[in-house]
Amino acid sequence: MTLNLAPGIVDPDGFYAELIDSQRDLDEEQALRMNARLILLLANHIGDRAVLTEAIRYARNPAG
Amino acid sequence: MTNYVYPRFDYVRSAEQAAGIVRRHPIVVIGAGPIGLTAALDLAARGQPVIVLDDNDTVSIGSRAVCYAKRPLEIWDRLHCAAPMVARGVSWNVGKVFFRDQLSYQFDLLPETGHQWPAMINLQQYHLEEILVAKCRDNPLIDLRWKHRLISLKQTPDHAELAVETPDGIFTMEAEWVIACDGANSDTRRMVGAEFKGQYFQDRFLIADVVMNADFPTERWFWFDPPFHPGQSVLLHRQSDNIWRIDFQLGWNADPDEEKKPERVIPRIKAMLGDKADFSLEWVSIYQFACRRIDNFRYGRVLFAGDAAHQVSPFGARGANTGVQDIDNLAWKLALVLRGEAGEALLDTYHTERAYAADDNLLNSTRATDFITPKTKVSRYFRDAALELAQHHDFARPLVNSGRLSVPTPYVGSPLNTPDDGALVGDMRPGTNAADAPVTIGGKPGWFLNCLGDGFTVVTFGNPTSKTKLTAGQLEARIICVGRDIEDARGLLAARYGASPGTTYLFRPDQYVAARWREFDEAEIADAVSRATGRPAAHQRELAA
Repeated sequence: MTLNLAPGIVDPDGFYAELIDSQRDLDEEQALRMNARLILLLANHIGDRAVLTEAIRYARNPAG
Repeated sequence: MTNYVYPRFDYVRSAEQAAGIVRRHPIVVIGAGPIGLTAALDLAARGQPVIVLDDNDTVSIGSRAVCYAKRPLEIWDRLHCAAPMVARGVSWNVGKVFFRDQLSYQFDLLPETGHQWPAMINLQQYHLEEILVAKCRDNPLIDLRWKHRLISLKQTPDHAELAVETPDGIFTMEAEWVIACDGANSDTRRMVGAEFKGQYFQDRFLIADVVMNADFPTERWFWFDPPFHPGQSVLLHRQSDNIWRIDFQLGWNADPDEEKKPERVIPRIKAMLGDKADFSLEWVSIYQFACRRIDNFRYGRVLFAGDAAHQVSPFGARGANTGVQDIDNLAWKLALVLRGEAGEALLDTYHTERAYAADDNLLNSTRATDFITPKTKVSRYFRDAALELAQHHDFARPLVNSGRLSVPTPYVGSPLNTPDDGALVGDMRPGTNAADAPVTIGGKPGWFLNCLGDGFTVVTFGNPTSKTKLTAGQLEARIICVGRDIEDARGLLAARYGASPGTTYLFRPDQYVAARWREFDEAEIADAVSRATGRPAAHQRELAA
């Protein structure tokens, strides 16, 4: 399996708003801590090591 | 209140030093710690006389290594030492991990039954060494020489020349083979000019051996960021004699001389145990660590084992446990070479196999250290995220790393393995240490590993042969038929080996699987024995010719 780089999020505007709203009342440290938890939750859901490696690569350098 | 009285072993002037005669010995071991003493016992068990030199005259000061894992216990059982160790120590299987004031999760190292030895015992290193010293003293092939310090070493193609200092001055002895077990600061390593490279860690840790009557269960307890020691980690282990081992992480800037003082240590322990706790300090030490290994385990006639060859962080109990397995790998090979039954090239596979295992240990130990002592703010957030999620969700528990406890590293890809034919099932691939199982021998309950002898052993399921041994070049392999020589009454042996009638395994003298087959075939077994002793197998010889 390879990392899906095509649009895949249902209701992208709604998701984005929810993500930002969820951290609106957090300070920077709380938000960074929440992001860390979110990354681990999502990473576990993906599971596939090769996909995770690709995602880490694209996150570090969006051009890939 | 100090319980333990350190024994003093008498210095004895050797006959060779007294006479001023240079003698050549087959094997000289440098260092009488757990690894050096195990080397002496294993080689003596294989018929080889061994001299052990140690610059001191007592056992380890303080509890030091503490945790001994199942595989080293199996090795020590082969050397008849495991039973007194287990009797003296405390056995445990369960570990608990706490984050702040909550239990994050717990694990069981040995969830299945049907094993002779526990997953781990805790035993102060001095007790363990006393047991090993007593066994060595009972063995006429072992000569323990205390207050003998190696001061220089010179190699020739067929021996090493050792200058040794004793209370009676300096004398020279020769050794066909030297096994350097002189620890992380090995002088022998410097003498051969070996490199010892790796990663250093800045964090300092405080170890305290504490005497107390406490009702903690016999489990490994590990705290991340506990209220009694904020921002750092703490590890608690029970040892024998009501002595508890507590490790406090102190951070980068701790002053080791200050932190060792009882007036600094006692309040830390009181914060943990409560003001009313009745305890006394037995031993305190401050340490820093590195994860590094020697570039080659063999330098000509000198073979390195234990911390002299590799140094790991303490998380995972991978120091002494790995060192004992170095000896398990080395002793049979060296004995075969000394008997002329294998070429010296077999000793190069000691490096191949044990450097591979050392790298695996270093990887595990470095990863645990990075989890326990995050180096950046963001890596601490990830660490805390894993711990917080683990409290509520199974998925995060495998991410929590308070030390991955020592298990043997399979020698995947070792040149001594005969590759599988692919049709076999189960985890006991060539290069794996033999799994134990309960069996019946002559109507009596026993253990499978105890049936494997000192040499190569063929174990075959069903009765495909009436023979009890076969020859492979100069070597003999004993044949055990499951159903004839031993009974697998509970079926656990067949289950653990994925066996059906005809399934045949070849075990090396260190109880590792060398090869396995669907059918019993003498020629194939002989070939595999040959390969496992570093000789080209028959069909390769034909190709070469």
